[in-house]
Amino acid sequence: MIQDYIGIGLLLLTAIGFCGGVLLFSALTAQKAHTNPAKDEAYECGLPAAMAEPRIRFSVKFYLIAVLFILFDIETVFLYPWAVVFRDMIQGGWTIFVAMLSFLGILAAAFVYAWRKGALDGR
Amino acid sequence: MSPVFSNLLAQPGVALAAEAAVKIAVVIVVLMGMVAYTVLAERRICALIQDRLGPNRVGAFGLLQPIADSFKLLLKENVLPGHVNRFWYVLAPTIAMAPPLLTLAVIPFGNTLAGFNLVIADLDVGVLWIFSIASLGVYGIVLAGWASNSKYPFLGGMRSAAQLISYEVPMGLSVVSVFLLVGSLKLSNVVAYQAGTWLIFKAPLAFLIFLVSAFAETNRLPFDLPEAEQELVGGYNTEYGQMKFALFFLAEYANMIVASALIVTLFFGGWQVPFVRVEAFGPILAGALGVAAFFVKLLAFIVFFIWVRWTLPRFRYDQLMRLGWRVLLPLALLNIVATALALALKLRA
Repeated sequence: MIQDYIGIGLLLLTAIGFCGGVLLFSALTAQKAHTNPAKDEAYECGLPAAMAEPRIRFSVKFYLIAVLFILFDIETVFLYPWAVVFRDMIQGGWTIFVAMLSFLGILAAAFVYAWRKGALDGR
Repeated sequence: MSPVFSNLLAQPGVALAAEAAVKIAVVIVVLMGMVAYTVLAERRICALIQDRLGPNRVGAFGLLQPIADSFKLLLKENVLPGHVNRFWYVLAPTIAMAPPLLTLAVIPFGNTLAGFNLVIADLDVGVLWIFSIASLGVYGIVLAGWASNSKYPFLGGMRSAAQLISYEVPMGLSVVSVFLLVGSLKLSNVVAYQAGTWLIFKAPLAFLIFLVSAFAETNRLPFDLPEAEQELVGGYNTEYGQMKFALFFLAEYANMIVASALIVTLFFGGWQVPFVRVEAFGPILAGALGVAAFFVKLLAFIVFFIWVRWTLPRFRYDQLMRLGWRVLLPLALLNIVATALALALKLRA
């Protein structure tokens, strides 16, 4: 029901207010920052700051994982409504079971392909 | 009560908002208290496991330690390092802290008390809400790593992103078998369904997958690679200090409490009291007993989380990825098919 979202909206405001309030309040209570050049440098365990180039190149494997995640997350979203209506619709026949089985079958084939290609190694 | 005020309260929207506001205030205060004392409990229990005493100086048994800690953090120097992207650097802890607060909205922490439902908003899509909001938490961590413009936070943030999204998939899939059995995404229905038998006995494999994923999603050992101290200094929060650091810290513990609450709700009967017919005690006492049962189960899980942290060593990164994608994901898919098949055979018999 739409009334339920009154609580959600209020909680959203509360959460934002809480986080913002904590940061604002702590800014008032905190000691004033005394900066010096060393404090303004990135933390690098004592190595010169020139070593601390943060925008390093990153392994493409991470992006592969991200793409696979999108694939399987969308699949999960499709499975939720199916799971909810399963109890009612299975009374009328096996269609709902077979339909999802074929969907999962196609997905499993893609999953096996990704596995064989080494996309799931994470290294 | 003045007539203006009572007239205002008679408006249906206003009454609902007032009810929600009271619940939110109670829930936030209880959550923050629990977070503070979970930190203390963690330090005391880890000391016990390692045969030490732990913090016991501030107040009796160290009970005032969380208050002393929060004052210390409030009074620290408010450093904004010169090399960070200022706006995103300040925004990141806020984004990390908000999701655990928001996911609490749909978790029923009791049945009814004096005619009020003990849940802030009992959405029809309760679990969808939890997953959609919980996955926002990764933005806070990635943003912190990126905005810090420093190597260790960056590596921690990237690892964290890969870990969180990898375990979100088995987590989301494992609960599908719960919804096959219950036939609803509404958490109050899930709890009502468990009046007789808890779902852990009907879907044990789903529980196991969910539990392991919950540990990974909350960055707790054995899956705390985003902040592996020995490799990454502090991980994504290395460049943070004062309350901005404290928000990340609070968020981590709030996440743990929310995850425990979710496990209790989905698999351990939520506020259902086992073996006792609480309705016999009258509505007020029955409601109170329900809330008590919920909190007892919740505390048990929090202790379990802490216990595991100080017992198991950390996974290696490739082991983590292999467990998530090659073990938990296929298991979760098989579990769905098996549950659906069993349910179909039972219902059509």
